[in-house]
Amino acid sequence: MYDKIWESHVVREVPGEPSLIYIDRHLVHEGTSPQAFAGIEAAGRKVRRPDLTFAVMDHSVPTKNRELPIVDDNARLQFEALARNCKKHGVRLFDMFSRNQGIVHIIGPELGITQPGLTIVCGDSHTSTHGAFGALAFGIGTSEVEHVLATQCLLQDRSKTLLVKFNGRRPKGVSSKDLILTLIGKIGISGGTGHVIEYAGEAISRLSMDARMTICNMTIEGGARAGMVAPDQTTFEYMEGRPFVPRGSEFKAAVDQWMKLPSDAGAKFDKTIELDATKIAPQVTWGTNPGMVTSVTDRVPDPNSFRDPDEQKAAVRALEYMALRPGTPITDIPVDRVFIGSCTNSRLEDLRAVARVVRGKHVARTLKAALVVPGSRVVKAKAEAEGLDSILREAGFEWRDAGCSMCIGMNEDVLPPGERSASTSNRNFEGRQGKGSRTHLVSPIMAAAAALAGHFVDVRDLGVDVTE
Amino acid sequence: MQPISKHTGLVMPLDRVNVDTDQMVPKQFLKALTRQGFGRNLFYDWRYLSGEAPNPDFVLNFPRYRGASVLLARANFGCGSSREHAPWAILDYGFRVIIAPSFADIFYNNCFKNGILPITLPDAQVDELFRRAEANVGYQLTADLPNQTVSDTQGLKFHFDIDDFRKTVLLEGLDDIGLSLKHEPEITSYEQRHQPKATLYEAVDSKQ
Repeated sequence: MYDKIWESHVVREVPGEPSLIYIDRHLVHEGTSPQAFAGIEAAGRKVRRPDLTFAVMDHSVPTKNRELPIVDDNARLQFEALARNCKKHGVRLFDMFSRNQGIVHIIGPELGITQPGLTIVCGDSHTSTHGAFGALAFGIGTSEVEHVLATQCLLQDRSKTLLVKFNGRRPKGVSSKDLILTLIGKIGISGGTGHVIEYAGEAISRLSMDARMTICNMTIEGGARAGMVAPDQTTFEYMEGRPFVPRGSEFKAAVDQWMKLPSDAGAKFDKTIELDATKIAPQVTWGTNPGMVTSVTDRVPDPNSFRDPDEQKAAVRALEYMALRPGTPITDIPVDRVFIGSCTNSRLEDLRAVARVVRGKHVARTLKAALVVPGSRVVKAKAEAEGLDSILREAGFEWRDAGCSMCIGMNEDVLPPGERSASTSNRNFEGRQGKGSRTHLVSPIMAAAAALAGHFVDVRDLGVDVTE
Repeated sequence: MQPISKHTGLVMPLDRVNVDTDQMVPKQFLKALTRQGFGRNLFYDWRYLSGEAPNPDFVLNFPRYRGASVLLARANFGCGSSREHAPWAILDYGFRVIIAPSFADIFYNNCFKNGILPITLPDAQVDELFRRAEANVGYQLTADLPNQTVSDTQGLKFHFDIDDFRKTVLLEGLDDIGLSLKHEPEITSYEQRHQPKATLYEAVDSKQ
């Protein structure tokens, strides 16, 4: 599949040089684009295809009251710069007041901007999300953003391919987040470096689009820039009727093309990894990168249990940062705050699953805060139409406006020093959610369960509805 | 972009695996409009105690490494976020060369856009460089890009591999956008053949 998409996007290929690859969709946000727009202007260049460029405000947007003035001057200046750049270059902008605003990787698929077979880039590493549709999508740096603005192309070397098969069905209470965390725990955070991953197997093909996006989103946490799932009936059903998706006979023609994308039987991959999905349990990270993860039924590992001396040192340091002792049962770890959101897990299905777990219950008294930040304003509106906001509010959650929020803490949603979160986001790096903050990555239903209990708990033991 | 050919400089060893770009430039500094001035924020949370007092336990603050321009690192350097602010900070601080057993993909790419030479060497060779850098105050290395070698004054000399195209980009300080724009006819021809478009079939709430 990767080879098919690559070959249909080659503009120029010369031995000994990287290939010039055409980019079908360029997504832009306020954080990594100002210097790129400044660059093309300084060089007297133009945006080649403003019609294929889509901009949104997401990283620093407030999630409380957006009508109030932005108090953070630097954030305000970035929003103003994005609005100015989009206006000047004719780029479509979803600003923070748009009904379609949301996290870039949520709104791309939601609007049908993301489609099978396309090449999609964005100055954000979680662009891998869009691969869930059978697109080739990856994150780029700001210089490359500038390159795409100016040329609608990128200089790229062909990646190696890695097939990851999740065999069998995942057990109840085990979500797509647990599948991808298990993979990263197994291959490590650099295990996928240099590769594009294709996910396959029964556990993957049974997943909804929302769940596939969670898998592809975290592909970068395993070092691979792009992850893909072959488009199928689930994909086409999701696509139909979205604003940027063709209608009627044009849609049928598009589906016919998309059906040619999946890898041919017997396609060769540089590497294959197989996992047994039936054996996977809900996952909780204990350390300071997403590969430092274990099952909720397990304990905080002893650094001496790692063979590699560098890994031992990293584990010692991680446990010190996280203030955890080896051998502590994961379920004994208390939680200060719960964050449900981010481009990994803030889609409608995620919120529905959380609501099913907490319905009629209340978050633990010991909890300092529990936030639900929908991935987009469309997700928010749909959730409200279903009454999910009331269920969540009654259970003690704050119901916020859409944005990146506490995943990266660029707005006011910051995890204070020394506090511990159960977070549905993608990175538990030191200081990620706020200086000195301690992040544990989990699935939405595991975060919901931790919110109720005030500590990590196996959501399967709660006697609640864990269907997704 | 400033070209780089042969560079000799003081080596600072950063003995941690998986150093992610969040550590190089924390999020609060991403709200910038220019590429300049990130050096003072490099490794911010590791480097400063409260009130921006230098953390004496962090290697960057050791007097012996003041003025270092060769960063010696461990595996998977630059993982995580795609933020190019990370190489901007590294360059602005004064580093021109990074040596590590492996780099994360996006960060590695970003180095070449900014005139930073990332050198990949086998683990054992990197171990040896760590030993020498820690044992000898003022330890310097010379990175010779044309000959693809890293050497010191004690007779150590390691060869490194680098892609020819990337090598040329660094040696000549090339603007790769300018290079790609030379192929404008091919881009136009691609567009004529494939007709890439994004048609809207239903109103959305956006500004254009």
